[in-house]
Amino acid sequence: MIQFLQYLGKSTRTSFTKLGRGTYFLLQIISGILSVIPRPRLLLNQMYSIGVLSFLIITTSGLFVGMVLGLQGYYTLSDFGAEETLGVMVAASLVRELGPVVTALLFAGRAGSALTAEIGLMKATEQLSGMEMMAVDPIKRIISPRFLAGFLSMPLLAALFSAVGIIGGQLIGSGLLGVDEGAYWSQMQANLDFQDDIINGVIKSIVFGFVTSWIALFEGYDTIPTSEGVSRATTRTVVNSAFSILGLDFILTTLMFGDD
Amino acid sequence: MGNSAPSQNSLVSVRNLSFSRGDNKIFDDISLDIERGKITAIMGPSGTGKTTLLKLIGGQLFPEQGSITVDGQNVHQLRRRDLFNLRKRMGMLFQSGALLTDMSVYDNVAFPLREHTHLPESMIRTLVLMKLQAVGLRGARELMPNELSGGMARRIALARAIALDPMMIMYDEPFTGQDPISMGALVHLIKSLNNILGLTSIIVSHDVHDTSAIADYIYVLSGGKIVGQGTPKEIQQSKSEWVQQFMTGAPDGPVHFHYPAKDYVDDLLSSGKRY
Amino acid sequence: MQHTSTQDTLVGLFVASGIVGLFFLALQVSNLSSFVEEDSYTITARFENSGGLKIKSPVSASGVKIGKVSNISFDPDTYQSVVQMSIYSKYNTLPDDTTASIFTAGLLGEQYVNLEPGGSDIFLQNGGKVEITQSAIILEKAIGQFLFKSAEEKK
Repeated sequence: MIQFLQYLGKSTRTSFTKLGRGTYFLLQIISGILSVIPRPRLLLNQMYSIGVLSFLIITTSGLFVGMVLGLQGYYTLSDFGAEETLGVMVAASLVRELGPVVTALLFAGRAGSALTAEIGLMKATEQLSGMEMMAVDPIKRIISPRFLAGFLSMPLLAALFSAVGIIGGQLIGSGLLGVDEGAYWSQMQANLDFQDDIINGVIKSIVFGFVTSWIALFEGYDTIPTSEGVSRATTRTVVNSAFSILGLDFILTTLMFGDD
Repeated sequence: MGNSAPSQNSLVSVRNLSFSRGDNKIFDDISLDIERGKITAIMGPSGTGKTTLLKLIGGQLFPEQGSITVDGQNVHQLRRRDLFNLRKRMGMLFQSGALLTDMSVYDNVAFPLREHTHLPESMIRTLVLMKLQAVGLRGARELMPNELSGGMARRIALARAIALDPMMIMYDEPFTGQDPISMGALVHLIKSLNNILGLTSIIVSHDVHDTSAIADYIYVLSGGKIVGQGTPKEIQQSKSEWVQQFMTGAPDGPVHFHYPAKDYVDDLLSSGKRY
Repeated sequence: MQHTSTQDTLVGLFVASGIVGLFFLALQVSNLSSFVEEDSYTITARFENSGGLKIKSPVSASGVKIGKVSNISFDPDTYQSVVQMSIYSKYNTLPDDTTASIFTAGLLGEQYVNLEPGGSDIFLQNGGKVEITQSAIILEKAIGQFLFKSAEEKK
């Protein structure tokens, strides 16, 4: 019992100090963003390795998720004779939930883990320390551009995911199952609201982009500089990002779509 | 030793420095001076915190007590901006080289110049090629760090460290894991850079032979204390048993071969325990 | 950094396609035109019961959407539901004896306001009132009345 309490106390203490370090780190990142602005090249390089290289996995997944939604939605809706509303179902689930959430989860697995491993290895091989000794702040030079790139890429990726998914749903729905194409789009347009659905979806993906990039970079920066440490940090990035994304999604959904 | 005032000619002076990691006291009230234009070696067995000392001098770590002055400035009382300005005049050569792995050799050497100066690219090229020529690797400029041998990586890192023409260079274990030829090249380089560029060099090493060949002055550290100091000749003739053991590499002496443990026979006979 | 210009092009393409995706969502998927307010004028109608009508519910005439519900409030003096509707300005020829009814789209669909134009020559202006109204049909009430009636007939 005492042992358990000790364990509880100790883990509370370590997680609080970690949270503190993480918050301080975030403040440093944000103050470092100003020095990225005059050097767009740093940002462009990171947009490439974070955004462009995630493009394929995001769009392919979006297409398949949309097609599955089209298929499953059709079978359920046709029982009620409401297959005309397939477009609404596909678009609403993608734009409100699946687009931001699945994109963020894939992003954490694809780009987040890569960021952690990269930063962790830079730390393990003394590259960060070396940079500091060359009077170059690694937060400004290495971390902030990556943060900004992740933060900017996420909404774009989520929008692509949803757009491709809606087209995939239409391909299956009206191409294969015979839902009227006009009804697919017009029902969707009549029932989805720009402010309530699209903007809220974008806000979600911005929040997820912020949190995932922060977690990935912090885990890398805070890693124990050994090969085991880097591998653990990479795992933690994926796990912690997934938890944060799903938890935050619940909170944001309650706030956004609760009073409707 | 004690609280003697820093001598006129010392670039770095460490006064009453104490530092510990957890319960492990790494430095216990040590003081030392690094003279301008000389090669000073700091030696001691592995784990005595020699690298820590370099990080303290570079302002990456903070001491618990005592002060470190570099070129008249107290490193740990400087504001961040001034510390960074001071660091531009200090080069440090890490054990691994610490080259940035996503850039070519050329870009690595150009890195500090691009970060800290607004020189045109043509002038940067001239400077980079000069520095690479100095370490004999001008032909390797297009390679990536993962294509370099350990010795080459260290020489490139050295070229990068001298890119901003610093007043001093700190070498962290420059000779570890080098084959005799690249070792010879490094020894030669350190010596000649020191003489030609008028640098001050601090070498941290446990390699007795090669370090004492080029050092002007040696401090020997052990257990958080300075156990011996002097010119290489003085050190070699030191009466301290400890220093003698370190310099000759005798397996047993004041530093025991065995890690502290309970009695050998008792340990073997106490069966049933896993360890 | 090698192939910098290819990288730049790809980043450019990526950002452009992301923005196209956002525009697609805004224009094709949701009805952005309902967000950008069209020119409209307001009319009000009083109902005994506005049922499940909501703000933004469609207002239509002859099956064509001509506006939307902009506000619903309760009048504590007359105990009526006051429904305010924004009608697009291009449909400015509604007679003042128009009838407003609350219908349900399909059996379980959403409720909307249907406007049935009368024969008057005077058109409704901004702030005009629709005098003739027909309340929402409350399904439970209708079923209750039906059961009550059939019970009475049996007597």
